[in-house]
Amino acid sequence: MELICPAGTPASLEAAVEAGADAVYCGFRDETNARNFPGLNFSRDELRKGIAFAHRHGVKVLVAINTFARAGAFGLWQAAIDDAAAAGADALILADLATLDYAARRHPGQRLHVSVQAGAANPDAIRFYVENFGVRRIVLPRVLSVMEIASIVRESACETEVFVFGGLCVMEEGRCSLSSYATGQSPNMNGVCSPASHVAYAERDGRVVSTLGGFTINSFGKDEPAGYPTLCKGRFTTPKGSGYIFEEPVSLDAALMLPALRDAGVTAFKIEGRQRGRAYIAGVVRSFRNILAAIDEGRSAPPAGLAAMTEGQMSTVGAYRKGWR
Amino acid sequence: MQLTLGPVLYHWSPERWRDFHYRIADEAPVSTVVVGEAVCSKRAPFKQDHIPAVVERLEAAGKRVLHASLILVSLPRERRQTGELMQADEAEVEINDLTCLATLAGKSFAVGPFVNVYNEATAGFLAERGAMRICLPPELPLSAVATISAALPQVATEVFAFGKVPLAISARCYHARAHNLTKDNCRFVCEQDPDGMPVKTLEGAGFLSVNGVQTLSHSCASLLRDIPALRRAGVASLRLSPQNCDMVAVARLFRDVVDGLLDPEEGERRLGGIYPDVPFANGFLHAAPGHVRTGEGGGSLGELR
Amino acid sequence: MSDPQMTELPVTPPALPPWLARAMAPLPLAPLQPALALMLDRIGRTHPDLYGRLGEHAEKCFGIDPTDLPFAFVLEPKPLRPRARAVRNLPAGLDACIRGPLAGLVGMAEGTLDGDALFFSRVLWVEGDVAAVLALRNAIDDARIDFGTVIFGSLGPLGQRLADALRRQLQSLPVTSSGGRTWS
Repeated sequence: MELICPAGTPASLEAAVEAGADAVYCGFRDETNARNFPGLNFSRDELRKGIAFAHRHGVKVLVAINTFARAGAFGLWQAAIDDAAAAGADALILADLATLDYAARRHPGQRLHVSVQAGAANPDAIRFYVENFGVRRIVLPRVLSVMEIASIVRESACETEVFVFGGLCVMEEGRCSLSSYATGQSPNMNGVCSPASHVAYAERDGRVVSTLGGFTINSFGKDEPAGYPTLCKGRFTTPKGSGYIFEEPVSLDAALMLPALRDAGVTAFKIEGRQRGRAYIAGVVRSFRNILAAIDEGRSAPPAGLAAMTEGQMSTVGAYRKGWR
Repeated sequence: MQLTLGPVLYHWSPERWRDFHYRIADEAPVSTVVVGEAVCSKRAPFKQDHIPAVVERLEAAGKRVLHASLILVSLPRERRQTGELMQADEAEVEINDLTCLATLAGKSFAVGPFVNVYNEATAGFLAERGAMRICLPPELPLSAVATISAALPQVATEVFAFGKVPLAISARCYHARAHNLTKDNCRFVCEQDPDGMPVKTLEGAGFLSVNGVQTLSHSCASLLRDIPALRRAGVASLRLSPQNCDMVAVARLFRDVVDGLLDPEEGERRLGGIYPDVPFANGFLHAAPGHVRTGEGGGSLGELR
Repeated sequence: MSDPQMTELPVTPPALPPWLARAMAPLPLAPLQPALALMLDRIGRTHPDLYGRLGEHAEKCFGIDPTDLPFAFVLEPKPLRPRARAVRNLPAGLDACIRGPLAGLVGMAEGTLDGDALFFSRVLWVEGDVAAVLALRNAIDDARIDFGTVIFGSLGPLGQRLADALRRQLQSLPVTSSGGRTWS
């Protein structure tokens, strides 16, 4: 069981390595990766140094180039693939058919993973990626139950990786334009969801109101835990009432599901959060490292105690438990 | 420039769905009609019995019929449905997920707006495998549309030109959730909202629409006024997505504007009479937020006016 | 339906003891200004990468308001002429403002506390240009600045008292990560 950890900066990469990651994933500082947030990500030089540091500690580096290439600008994505491969990336995490096709042809020896953004949610889709591009691993979308994951693993000729902690997409990843509907910027095209540049907080009648692109996403009482105004975790009104009609501002915490996911045959567990600081990275990675060690030794897993790290201070096991749907 | 009627995304009663297509067959100036259930596999059985008659009526009227595949395929029954559709000899399919490519076996096909075709390389990859027509994702700007259609003259490119814009798909059913039901025991409450369940902000601005596991925009795409630019960009077809309004009238209006019989501005004014009380938007095409309505007079903030 | 669970009580906002704020209220701010300039200069020279991360946001004007201190800071990171000054009240026209108890602000800047977690639990609050604040937070997080030394080293004995008080605050916080609980 591999523990795959996020790094938005070189400092976070080092924190993840020191906290016990088996692999760290990161991306370039541009629109080629799906966490294209202000102040984050790696220059070419930082990636080379980060890979050298990780390799010295026996840790792998996976480079996410997982947005969909802009028409007429494919060169930017090709350069990202070439540079990541040349820097010694242990795997490239790709989503777009164009990037997968290019990487498979140009860098036949390079290990390729299918990003969660590709939304490969069943064995047929996975077979398509394996047969066409020789991919070695699929990061499964967060729409599947543990039983479904087990059945996918049984039928698939490549490894699987699942998210176990952090931000939770409630929509199928890679096929959501909610963000661009409100702001003009989307995960697929710009590598951002509900971008900070379009976020505003204002005080109104003693409550804090968060807006995105001018749309009110939520309103918090004085001591209520807050959430970032991610569209799908906002409070809205329908004829059936007001509330969190898509999802509460929660984070995924599947720590308790790790044994079941391991038994399902999952190869790697992924922590979300390249946009988070190194305090989060170090804390969450160490915590999951301890849980995995306990599971390996047949001990009962220590509680993660990560509630404070989660959005709205709440966690869910998401689609891993079927009732979530 | 042709017109395509997209699949009905909402859960209409089987009879209504059938009669709707009969009328389209008899009266609507569209050359292609996409049938089938793309959104929720639980709804598929309701339509199943009516599909042969609908297809026959449409084909008798000279329309080309495409069969839509599911957008999200995760359950075994969804895989089975999808696999069967791909292997049906007589059916020409519109794929909405790459799952289909694993079982298509060399047949030519159309690509629906739910497949991520953002650039000419991806479009080319699909064309090599038999894609004849591609309806591009609604969030693509005109520059991308033009680049893709210029790079692949052999493929008919289509854009999403009318209807509430599909924005997201989920494993979770938001209709069931709003009614305090589970997805497995949903009682098909989505049937109560033939035009989607409105989702407003806490301050009452129209924002989104819920259609079971799918989320759409509150505003309605209208690219009527963009038709000249789309023609220059090499777009071969406009997709009209069925809403709870007179879609025959919508199709006639688009046909008239495409044929130069009606001024685009006047066309959109009339469109507001056919589908009233819903703001029109074309922001995506102009690389602006999708809810924005942009025209020669500059942008306006759609619902946030 | 979902089953979100409240797994722990929210983080208690840490605050400096009121006596400290009272003790500092009458102090003149003027002696702080050269210390701040020195600090900024030192950071700029030892962490040049910071500006690469800040990008366009380096030109913005940030208000930093430790809510448990009787004064606040205005920070303009501009690469050519960085400026930081202490003020009694934040002026109008700032691009963005970050408010919170000093322990939270310093903990976040040092990377011992997670900024998002502080925000989710309402310990920290952000107004204005949220993207600029994120860029600043991420740039500082990556730079691994030892603020304990940089700030309090230049503030003399008062700095030492502040540092001691803060250290106690940080140790009582549940949002700490391992590896950085103590600082000096």
